[in-house]
Amino acid sequence: MRFFLLLTILLLLLAKVTAEEWAGADEQAEELIKEIHPNYEPWFSPIWEPPSGEIESFLFSLQAAIGASIIGYILGYYRGKNAQNT
Amino acid sequence: MHIAEGFLPLEWALAWYAIAMPIIVYGAYKVKKLLEEKPEMKSLIAVAGGFIFVLSALKIPSVTGSCSHPTGTGIAVVLFGPAITAFLSTIVLLYQALLLAHGGITTLGANVTSMGIVGPFFGWLAYKAVKGKVDLKIATFIAAAVADWATYVVTSFQLALAFPAGAGVEGVLSSATKFMAIFAVTQVPLAIIEGTVAALLIGYLASVKLLVKEEVTA
Repeated sequence: MRFFLLLTILLLLLAKVTAEEWAGADEQAEELIKEIHPNYEPWFSPIWEPPSGEIESFLFSLQAAIGASIIGYILGYYRGKNAQNT
Repeated sequence: MHIAEGFLPLEWALAWYAIAMPIIVYGAYKVKKLLEEKPEMKSLIAVAGGFIFVLSALKIPSVTGSCSHPTGTGIAVVLFGPAITAFLSTIVLLYQALLLAHGGITTLGANVTSMGIVGPFFGWLAYKAVKGKVDLKIATFIAAAVADWATYVVTSFQLALAFPAGAGVEGVLSSATKFMAIFAVTQVPLAIIEGTVAALLIGYLASVKLLVKEEVTA
């Protein structure tokens, strides 16, 4: 496991040299679609979009926080229950 | 990995909905049944869902110089199988489509199919293949990494089917190669990270919760 993590970090450092802008892979795919089918127009746009990049980051972190809170709470619960039984 | 809103032609959007819907409904039914039979599993379902929430919120830079995010479906598929994973993924994908404009409502069917159904299904197959032969943590690592990576391969094919570079199968394959160059390559290190984190979590779960051991060896 530790080996894999180190390898990943190392590869990331290497990538930094070649990285252009750390764009999302999603956006690159959208560009590729436009390249293959230049006439394609997205026929539906999001009903609501985060008004700014900051708010988008906030909502992404909120998503992570919700998940992490649930995991942390339940793991703590199991741990406490175990301690009680022994 | 999510296909952006409006970026699938109507007929494909509908086709993927038709494939995903029955499995989501079946997954919801299985969750309900599981909770009736074993109410104590509620907390484990929450952990599996929470893991998808956390991991799919992390946009991680990768070797290709672009960012992508893991899927987090490994824990769910190891503990509960692909159907329940599909249901849990749908909740996360809805959150991202409605609040983050990440993915979309029109492409929800396609995104559930890749991240919630086909990707985890391959992870589950891999898990079944190695289960019992290797340590639980290693089996989970493999399941999570495969589910993650397969998700992006499926996305590449979904986009290639909708946007073939030429006529017939060849056009689709040529497009798929191009999309894979973006998605599948970026995803390799992320799949390794996801596998590692999932393995650590399952190891901890197994040490504090007897049920986990019963469930994963059943």
